[in-house]
Parts: sequence; C-alpha cells; structure tokens
Amino acid sequence: MTFEPADRVDSVPPSGIRRFFELAEEMDDIISLGVGEPDFSAPWAAREAAIASLERGQTSYTANRGKRELRERIADYEAAAHNLQYDPAEEILVTAGASEGLDLAFRALLNPGDSIAIAQPCYVSYVPGATFAGIDVVDVPTRAADEFKLTREVLESSGAAEADALVYCYPNNPTGATMTAEEMADVAAFCRENDLLVFADEIYADLTYEHDHTSIATLPGMRERTVVFNGFSKAFAMTGFRLGYAMAPPEAIEAMNRIHQYSMLSAPTTAQHAAIEALNNCRDEVTEMAAQYDRRRKYVLTRFEEMGLDCFPASGAFYAFPECPWDDAGEFAESLLQEKRVAVVPGTAFGEGGSGHLRVSYATGLDDLKEAMARIESFLN
Amino acid sequence: MSSRREILDLLRENARYTTEDIARLTDYSESEVAEIIEEFEEAGIIRGYQAVVDWNAVESDEERVRATVELNVTLDRETSYDDISERIAKFPEVTSLRLVSGDYDFDLEVEGDSMREVSHFISDKIAPIPEITQTVTHYIMESYKEQGMEFDDHDDDDRLSVSP
Repeated sequence: MTFEPADRVDSVPPSGIRRFFELAEEMDDIISLGVGEPDFSAPWAAREAAIASLERGQTSYTANRGKRELRERIADYEAAAHNLQYDPAEEILVTAGASEGLDLAFRALLNPGDSIAIAQPCYVSYVPGATFAGIDVVDVPTRAADEFKLTREVLESSGAAEADALVYCYPNNPTGATMTAEEMADVAAFCRENDLLVFADEIYADLTYEHDHTSIATLPGMRERTVVFNGFSKAFAMTGFRLGYAMAPPEAIEAMNRIHQYSMLSAPTTAQHAAIEALNNCRDEVTEMAAQYDRRRKYVLTRFEEMGLDCFPASGAFYAFPECPWDDAGEFAESLLQEKRVAVVPGTAFGEGGSGHLRVSYATGLDDLKEAMARIESFLN
Repeated sequence: MSSRREILDLLRENARYTTEDIARLTDYSESEVAEIIEEFEEAGIIRGYQAVVDWNAVESDEERVRATVELNVTLDRETSYDDISERIAKFPEVTSLRLVSGDYDFDLEVEGDSMREVSHFISDKIAPIPEITQTVTHYIMESYKEQGMEFDDHDDDDRLSVSP
C-alpha cells in the first residue's frame, strides 16, 4: 500500500498560479502586481483586540457558528452596509475565510452528480471545490465585450439553465468587474425562472467604486435561494486572520454547519475577537483604504490608456484586467517578469475565460505602482 | 466623483506628487488640478510644502535639537492671546505655536543646533516677555511619528509575491 492521491484529487491540476509564483519567488527586487490581497495591514485596533484577547486567555473554542456577539455585529453591519437582513441566531455561520464557506455550500447543499454553473474567469478555488464535492461544472464564460459582467445571454448560451446552482463573485477577482442593480436583476430573474440556487461571493462588496453594491439576495424571490459569502480579508485587510461568514436561510446554514462542526469545529477564536473590534471601530479605516484603492485604480486605468493598452474600466475589487498585446499572455507575463521585474498574472490562471488578458493588482503602494507602470510602458515600447 | 478636498489629502500624503500624477489619481484634468492647487495657495489654505525629516537618521553634527515648551501667560485689558502669540511666533527658532486648552496656555515648539542654544533662547527671549508667568521645557529625545508618518515602521510587506 502506498500513498496515491484519490481520484477526485488527481483530477484537479495544481493551481495555474503556482508556476508563476515559483518563478517570481526566485527573483529579487521585483515589483509584484500579482498579489490577491491588500497591501495594508489589518487596522491596528483589530490587531490590538486580538492581542488583548490572548492576554485575557480567551483561547478556547467558540460556538460552532461563531461567537454570538460577532454574529450580531455581522447582522448589524450587513443590514446597514448592504441592506441584507439575517438572523444572527440561525442564519449566519462564521467560517475560516469565505473559502471555507463556499466549500461547505458545495458539499452541504448539492449532491454528487448535481451541476453548478460557474461564471468565468473566476477565483481559483471554485472549480476544484466543485470537483472535490463530485459536482459537475458548467462553464459560463463572461465576455470582454460585456466588461466581464454576467448577462442573461451568456447564462442562456452556456446551458446554465440546466444547472442546479450558480456561483459567481462580484466585484470580481480577477477582472475588477462589478454589477449594477439592474444587471443583477436580470441574473436574478434567470435564476428564478430556472430554479437555480445562488452562491454569491461578495467578499469585495465594499470595494465597489462607481455605484452601490447590490446583493442578489436583496432582490425579490432571491433570499430563499441564495447563500451570501463575505468576510474580513479584503475590505478589512485581514487575510491572515482567516475569517469569513455565510448568510442564508436557516435550513442552508444548518446543513453547512453540520459539516463545519465536524471539520472545523469553530473559526479561529483570536480572529473572531479581532473581527468584533473591526466591525465596531474600524469602519473609517475601511473607507480610507477603499479611497486609496480607488485612486490607484484611476491611476492604473489612466496609465494603460496613455500607453495604449486596452482595458475596460474596472470598477471594483483591486484588479484591472487589460487585454494582453501578445497572443500568449503567459509568455508576455514571463518576459515582463524576466526583463522588467514586474509580476502580473496571466488571465488563464483564472480559467479559460481569462485567456488573452492579464490580471494587474493595484493592491500595491503608489510609489511601486508608478514605477511598475513606467516599466510596463518601456516594455511595450 | 473626486472632490477638491481629495487634492488636499493627496498633497498631505505626498506634496511631491506632480499635477500630472494627481490628475491620474482623480477625475480632474491636469489643468484643473493646477488651478485648484493655485486657489488653495491663494486662499491661504495651503501655507507651504515641507519635508518630514527623521533627525535620528541625520549625521549627528548636523542634527537639530528640538523641544516643546509649555507657556503660561496672564492677560490684561490691553493684551490678548493674539498679541502675545505675535511676539513669540516672530522668532525663527519657534517652529510652531498653538493656543491649547488645559493646564497651560501656549504649546510652543523650538528648534536649535544644541541644547545650550535652545535653553538660552527660552531664558533670554521667551521667559522675559512680561505676560509670560511660567515656562516648562521638554527636550525631544526620540521621535517615533511625525505628521502621520511612522519612523520605525515594522509593517514590512510579507505577502507572497504572487497569490490568487
């Protein structure tokens, strides 16, 4: 008997970002625009709350669903910020990052052999997560011509109507695309007509720059069929705390918690203390960080325009998704790294829908961003 | 949509941003940025542009000695805070002067080449002003943060160079 990966693991290739990461790690003095997390540290008050909780010896497990106080604060925050109403007792589950929540939803709410429509390009874990759960994937490739928004047209032409569920992330990683209330209403209508469950990854909700964020769960007839995922990683710059949450009707949360209570038991306690403080007292920092990202976004989009690089006006998260001027985006990214020491990620790392594009993260200080843009410009010439 | 206030925030973040940079960072054109900055300067909203210096990092023979001084004053019918402040602020050694609430009246910052020079300045020029009843001088021994900038910032970028 030797160790062999199980079939469902074997069928999933290693992350496409991996090879590029290894290349970049070997090099010194690169400027990386390939990072999918904030360049800010967590707000100091949240860090201090974590330290204080350790000093008080608060190092035990919490309730499976997360500390009651935290769930109450989350409910208040989601009501105020995104017009979402969830009962902290039964409709909120605190998870180890939004990623855990998505994994739980795949496994707890769908059966092997069910199918899920995945809006592409997308975060790297959706397709593997579905595969691990034995769920068939229906690719829904969003189009550059639609600025990578999810439309009724692409949902229909990709066969999403036959799927059991739909998963998407808006504001989007890797494209920086967002959806307006009207555009989201079209998606909602499609899901109601075709009886799809919706897994809405809203981790970048507070990083929406041109209009208000609309959660699909606020639209008529959608709350009962939607699980909303959010967390502290992006807007609160708390990635390493590994803390997210899922919001859904009681029967969905109950099913997800059934797995969570056996596999995770409870989300990290120290992180929960930090998160309570973050929700209570760090909203100004979130606003300030979002303002900084917005300025950098404008800077990057203006610079791309100046250097003649085609890029739709990304309006959320901290990514721009320009068209790659070469046929092979992977080759372009590698040459840019070797010759100019600037790392960007080829769009194919986020699924086929991303081919021909580059993900450029502006979660980088302005000085580095300016230098990186100058280097890209000289590379293009 | 950008606001004029945003230009002020950007210049406070880094006064060396060019008008071109600021235009790229906001919804304004470069000529609009130049115009707004000029208006701020003319209205006396922007009073100047200075470097934030960490004197601990400067060669010791070029170092500057700084002190904050608490000043107590007495007023009478003919003398107001403004009259006293004008006399004090004129000295080039004084880098800032503020009227504050609490146990003392003025909060003064002084800069000189040596402790001796600063001490003499306080005893020869400030203490003798008739309305001043008391001075308490605090020499600055170490500076950790000035104008919003931390000098010993341990928040190094420890992120993976590429991540999803």
